[in-house]
Amino acid sequence: MNQQVVEAIGLSYAYPDGTTALDGASFRVAPGESVAIVGGNGAGKSTLLLMMAGLLEANAGEVRIGDVSVTPGSRDFVRRTIGFVFQDADDQLFMPTVKEDVAFGPLNFGVPAEEAASLAATALDVVGASHLAERPPYHLSGGEKRAVALAGVIAMGPSVLLLDEPTAGLDPAARRRLIKLLQAFEHTRIVATHDLDFVLDVCARVLVMEGGRIVADGAPDAVFRDEPLLARCHLEAPLRWQG
Amino acid sequence: MSRLESALADLRLADTLAARDTGLSRLDPRAKIVTTLAFLAAVVSYERHTVVALLPFLLYPVALVSMGEVPWRWLARKLALAAPFAVLMGIANPVLDRAPLEVAHGVTMAGGWISFGSILLRFALTVTAALAVVAGTGMHALCAGLAALGTPRVFTAQLLFLWRYAFVLGGEGARMATAREARGGRGSPTLAVYGSLAGHLLLRAFERAERIHRAMLARGFDGEIRPSRALRWSSRDTVFVVGWVAFFVAARAVYLPLLLGRLLTGLGG
Amino acid sequence: MHMADALLSPAVGGAMWVASAATLAVCARKVSARSEDRIVPLMGVLGAFVFAAQMINFAIPGTGSSGHLGGGLLLAILLGPSAAFLAIASVLTVQALFFADGGLLALGANLFNIGVLPCFVAYPLLYRPLAPAGSSRARVGIAASVAAVGGLLLGATGVVLQTVASGISSLPAGPFLALMLPIHLAIGLAEGLATAALVLFLAKARPDLLPAAPAPLRRRSLAGFAVAAALVAGVLSWFASPQPDGLEWSIARAAGMAELKAPEGGMHGSMARLQSTTALLPDYDLPASRAAAQGEAAWPEVNAGKSFAGLVGALATLGLVVAAGFALRRRR
Ligand SMILES: Nc1ncnc2c1ncn2[C@@H]1O[C@H](COP(=O)(O)OP(=O)(O)OP(=O)(O)O)[C@@H](O)[C@H]1O
Ligand SMILES: [Mg+2]
Repeated sequence: MNQQVVEAIGLSYAYPDGTTALDGASFRVAPGESVAIVGGNGAGKSTLLLMMAGLLEANAGEVRIGDVSVTPGSRDFVRRTIGFVFQDADDQLFMPTVKEDVAFGPLNFGVPAEEAASLAATALDVVGASHLAERPPYHLSGGEKRAVALAGVIAMGPSVLLLDEPTAGLDPAARRRLIKLLQAFEHTRIVATHDLDFVLDVCARVLVMEGGRIVADGAPDAVFRDEPLLARCHLEAPLRWQG
Repeated sequence: MSRLESALADLRLADTLAARDTGLSRLDPRAKIVTTLAFLAAVVSYERHTVVALLPFLLYPVALVSMGEVPWRWLARKLALAAPFAVLMGIANPVLDRAPLEVAHGVTMAGGWISFGSILLRFALTVTAALAVVAGTGMHALCAGLAALGTPRVFTAQLLFLWRYAFVLGGEGARMATAREARGGRGSPTLAVYGSLAGHLLLRAFERAERIHRAMLARGFDGEIRPSRALRWSSRDTVFVVGWVAFFVAARAVYLPLLLGRLLTGLGG
Repeated sequence: MHMADALLSPAVGGAMWVASAATLAVCARKVSARSEDRIVPLMGVLGAFVFAAQMINFAIPGTGSSGHLGGGLLLAILLGPSAAFLAIASVLTVQALFFADGGLLALGANLFNIGVLPCFVAYPLLYRPLAPAGSSRARVGIAASVAAVGGLLLGATGVVLQTVASGISSLPAGPFLALMLPIHLAIGLAEGLATAALVLFLAKARPDLLPAAPAPLRRRSLAGFAVAAALVAGVLSWFASPQPDGLEWSIARAAGMAELKAPEGGMHGSMARLQSTTALLPDYDLPASRAAAQGEAAWPEVNAGKSFAGLVGALATLGLVVAAGFALRRRR
């Protein structure tokens, strides 16, 4: 895997209706690093991820992947480098069958049909969803949908994975499987989540957001001990510490 | 609201039926589309007092239902739901068309009753055939077939989106209505409440479309949805099309029931 | 109201298919030519919305009855006529396929009545002029109601003309219209109220989602196109109709003419000839028009032997069909 540094430099963004979602967010993620982004509802996590994937254009600031700035001009490179697993898997799964959905990305990159099918099969195997290959994705359970959506992204062979609230709505067993899976990945991982226990298991570093800004950056063990910070950002210490 | 939920359940059932591996589902969707269109053309080409000459055409829907193992109960329920319209449109015939027709030696009936019977028979034939094909093919294969037969891609692509998100938005609509009832809303909502309820659903639809589009872009979408499986036309499909079309032509050209009757009774005119 | 297969002659059904398929092709080209790939999922999802919203009823003020959204006009307002036609066409296709609303042959007629007329006539000719950009809420409400009623009355007229031109049902045009128009006036008012409620909701919540009014030039070309499509469909079904009596009757009345003769030769004549040659054994199923014209009972040479043979044959045919069904099922 050919990995680069991912960097956000002074990102600001306001939605068309005037809501400020990002207000000068900056940080740097090393290759292969697993980083969590936490913060209360509306802190700007999802907006930040969209911008890093080049799906929203910043009003000010820049996202860089290695030497490349994320702009409409570098779209193809960005799409191949960054894989985005969306918060609601229903947004992502629309092809007739699971295997066709997983092959959607590779086919868009011009991979021949047979090769795309084998990439899809491999990706489904990785997430443990091979048995779902022939099913239509919309009659799957929430956890199955999430797994398939992840496979659809992995099949494109990105080196950076962005995940938006990957554990929301998963039962404990499915959550545990996802944790195992993400722990085993070598991709650079940036995960927006409210699940601080998940952060302890998967991420070596956590960024705390508030009002569109990064207000803390450090190891989860340290950051999650800062009670005043957590309270200010609508967070609570991980359950396993609350004994 | 149960109406929305039952419609969704119905669609889901059709999807489940189509997902099975049957003699019908293995046929190329193009073969089924073309043959069914030929069938429809043959059936509706008859003059309006035709009843008996239409009977041989029952063979096609019956064969589809059998090949596709389509449950008769499901079919009967759908027919019953759609029937009132055909009855409504035909029921005026006996009143308006009283010219007597001699249907058998010495037996006459008002022409209107005969054409009414013909309308019902046509209805049953065309609807059963279409439903059986749908249940034995599924929306996705049908769209692939339509696209291969020259239907514009934009149309088939957004038809698939409609199909996919009817389940999602329909589910959201059903939940919103249930929530209204749970909080004491009874009967149909007033226009103001409706505007807000359906309006929120519409907003969600827009937001959903936006998110879907982003998710597609994130996976390299550039305006074209590339098919990942090619349709395969086999000799079975040729046999199916040629065989049935030949049967329709024969049934249209020769009055089969009378021929059969003469053979069996040895009587003739 | 949906047109049904059982009521359509192949000529009328075919003519409507041609008109609607041509419209579909033109719309598809227009939509593809717009280089926003955003529109495809949007059309699909808004189509899904219409599909769901059609099944949510609301109380019509002051009547005690309830109505629901049809959707053609709303989609035209939200997407513009071309994309709206494709979306409503998908809704109708799903309904025809899965709910047997109308049927496949009738789909052409239904696309025309419920899709082409609201999107290409009611929207550009009624809604747009009545509610130009920046209209007040009341104005939008009135425009939506007028356009919805206009669209539905046109659609109902379409159903009547197609039914009468097909000649399968005996309903003459006049009483049929007298039955259909008031019903559709009421349905149209409900449709207008629902459309207005949704447009106004959106205008308040997310005004950015409502597209700006199209340039007037394009509006005119759309209207011209719609009129052309309507003319083609009308003329085609007129000539193609094997039994234009009812249609003649209503047109003669409407035009105040005593007599209006269908051309003997030309397309109508050759269609009629085609019709009689396809009925290879005309003596078994005599066209009613001929019977009526001759003023005598149809089915002239009926004798005992033949009717017995016919009865036995009919039963035997049914028996064979059922047997074939079982055989096909077993074989698997
Ligand atoms: N499409 C939109 N239009 C307008 N405002 C938006 C839109 N999406 C998000 N916002 C606003 O931008 C801000 C940041 O939203 P964002 O979705 O990034 O937050 P988040 O941290 O992901 O929240 P959550 O934890 O609830 O998912 C919020 O104030 C939100 O209301
Ligand atoms: Mg979020």
